Amino acid sequence: MIEKTDVIIIGAGPVGLFAIFELGLLNISCHVIDNLDKPGGQCAELYPEKPIYDIPSRVSITGQQLTDDLLEQAKPFNPVYHLNQQVEKINKLDTDEWLVETNHNKKVKAKCIVIAAGAGSFVPRKIPLENIAHLENINILYAVRNKSILKNKDLLIIGGGDSALDWTNELSKIANVTLMHRRKEFRAAPDSVSKMLELEKDKKIHFLLGQINEIQDLKNNKINVSVKYNDKIKTFEVDYLLPFFGLKMDLGSISNWGLNLNENLISVDTEKFQTSVPSIFAIGDINTYPGKLKLILSGFHEAALMAQECFKYCFPDKKNVFRYTTSSKDLHRKLNIV
Amino acid sequence: MKLKVTDREGNKHELEGDSESTIMEILRDSGLEIEASCGGCCACATCHVYVDEKWLNKIPPIDDDEESMLDQAFDVRISSRLSCQISLSEELDGIELELAPE
Repeated sequence: MIEKTDVIIIGAGPVGLFAIFELGLLNISCHVIDNLDKPGGQCAELYPEKPIYDIPSRVSITGQQLTDDLLEQAKPFNPVYHLNQQVEKINKLDTDEWLVETNHNKKVKAKCIVIAAGAGSFVPRKIPLENIAHLENINILYAVRNKSILKNKDLLIIGGGDSALDWTNELSKIANVTLMHRRKEFRAAPDSVSKMLELEKDKKIHFLLGQINEIQDLKNNKINVSVKYNDKIKTFEVDYLLPFFGLKMDLGSISNWGLNLNENLISVDTEKFQTSVPSIFAIGDINTYPGKLKLILSGFHEAALMAQECFKYCFPDKKNVFRYTTSSKDLHRKLNIV
Repeated sequence: MKLKVTDREGNKHELEGDSESTIMEILRDSGLEIEASCGGCCACATCHVYVDEKWLNKIPPIDDDEESMLDQAFDVRISSRLSCQISLSEELDGIELELAPE
């Protein structure tokens, strides 16, 4: 089923959320797509508890408070959120609309696309060794999609966070698991850590101190992994390597959409914040223009001007009359103010 | 105050800075390739550097947050630090460091 809306916003960070509001004031409906499992982007994911001091009128506000307030502010406009998914491709239809498809097969049609993706989406951090790209998804798995292929195999899991520990505990039931971490302390939840230590005591898993040094391809569908600890090097053969080194930000499929880029940022004009492709806009940290400052407040300003231009694409026959929220009865109705 | 940096190609750079800035900010502002994707709030490990041994006991000790973030870095050594967590000071004038691999 293809859903339909006026504008698709990519990214539910603070700027994407404020864009819902600015578009909503102009009667423009939105769907919002984000790779994370909750709105807020970096503010909610990286620094929910850290105070921000440069949001106008907010002397101090945490990333999570700001997110909650922006969600509340956007609520009257009934945005539809598609979380936990990433835009995979976009196509221009004969009707001049965009068809946006996510990696979860969600299809949405809209007149404009607004990219508010910050520094990109979170993707697994990969091992920075050369000549291992061909092993990815074969012997090196950055995510577990199908547990059954791991049954009775020799696995080396690397990391000390929740993903590494949770998978160690889970996969120990079906496979021969070795967990490697660079130190004895783990940042994972204490529960998972004690469970892992118990499994180790019962010899259900092996634990190894060390870091990855080299990976070699073997002819028998296995890989030879060399690990280093205190300058001592050990090698062993495994079927699968599962590195969990946290997440990093990446532009992802956006870099294939034919937009003019400048050092991994999207070039826009400073009147409409439109990209080199008409009806695709970019606002917030992901765009660049002369004098750009990566501040949340700049993104808010960009959202307001972008909305003015989106109006023309969404309602080509209508005239947009500028109104203030303080006095306009029409805007009060939209904001559910009686 | 000065900062001596070896980049990933082995080239040496001498940078100027003051105590108002973290070492990450000085590296980034000089145009050296340091990603520092979180902007300096100790939420990533993309400003990873190796501090020259002679300076190790002069820099403030590493805390739990920083140690945890280093779990996301590669080739972590005893001299590994996140440069966003160290401010330049009179005591550190002339500090020598090396950019860790990306």
